[in-house]
Amino acid sequence: MKYIGEFIFLLVLWVLLTWSLEPAQLIVGAVVSIIIIGLVGDVFLMQPQRAFNPRRVFWFIVYIPFLLWYILLANLDVAYRVIHPNLPIRPGIVKIKTTLKTPMAKTFLANSITLTPGTLTVDIIDDVLYVHWIFIKGKDMEDWTKAIIGRFEPILRRIFE
Amino acid sequence: MFWHTLGYIIIVIGVLFDLLGCIGLVRLPDVYNRLQAATKCVTLGTAFLLFGVFLIFGFSSTGIKSLLCAIFVLIASPTGAHALARGSHKGGVKLWDGSVIDLYAEDTLSDKNKGD
Repeated sequence: MKYIGEFIFLLVLWVLLTWSLEPAQLIVGAVVSIIIIGLVGDVFLMQPQRAFNPRRVFWFIVYIPFLLWYILLANLDVAYRVIHPNLPIRPGIVKIKTTLKTPMAKTFLANSITLTPGTLTVDIIDDVLYVHWIFIKGKDMEDWTKAIIGRFEPILRRIFE
Repeated sequence: MFWHTLGYIIIVIGVLFDLLGCIGLVRLPDVYNRLQAATKCVTLGTAFLLFGVFLIFGFSSTGIKSLLCAIFVLIASPTGAHALARGSHKGGVKLWDGSVIDLYAEDTLSDKNKGD
């Protein structure tokens, strides 16, 4: 079941990339998909049935514009620091704690952190994320956790857990 | 015509963000700060560029390809930055002198000492 889902996904991706429905293209696409599934097929989609839950899909669709908005803010923030003559940065690596459990959710959280204002995930050890922050505010782990992932965690929990 | 104009405007915005990212690469002091500029400005800049190409070409072979590439860049860029940052830290690249705190070094080093 899992492999059939992956196969369909990869084949759709192939059709979009080649943008043709000729049999020769489809056959090549099918062969490539099977090779890819053979190599890395067991890595993805721990619980594929979750992907079809409408509530999760709804929150995922909410999450995308939300994330895009913060990516835009992140860019303006970094752009401001870069062109400011005094280079106002106060960098360092801080530690934050997440309550998310599944690997998929943690991956999305780490990528969201990296894409948003002034923060870059360096490593994840269990439920602790090490984050490089270009301008550190606050004093301890609670402050940092709230400032960095406070706005993403509730939505990601609804999507992935 | 409207989509063409909008597409070109978005491409110009994308190039501007790419430029800011490159200035950041030159001006910021260490690997980690430079990765910040590289992952944020350059990711969004490139995604904008590709989205502009999609607006100009519409639902054609080129347009769909650039849209898919934009999605891949948005997924792959932070993952790559994460791998680079972790790799440099493990490889012993120091943070800039002006950095205020490095809890990752404290924690990973204390783990090593426990192992000894």
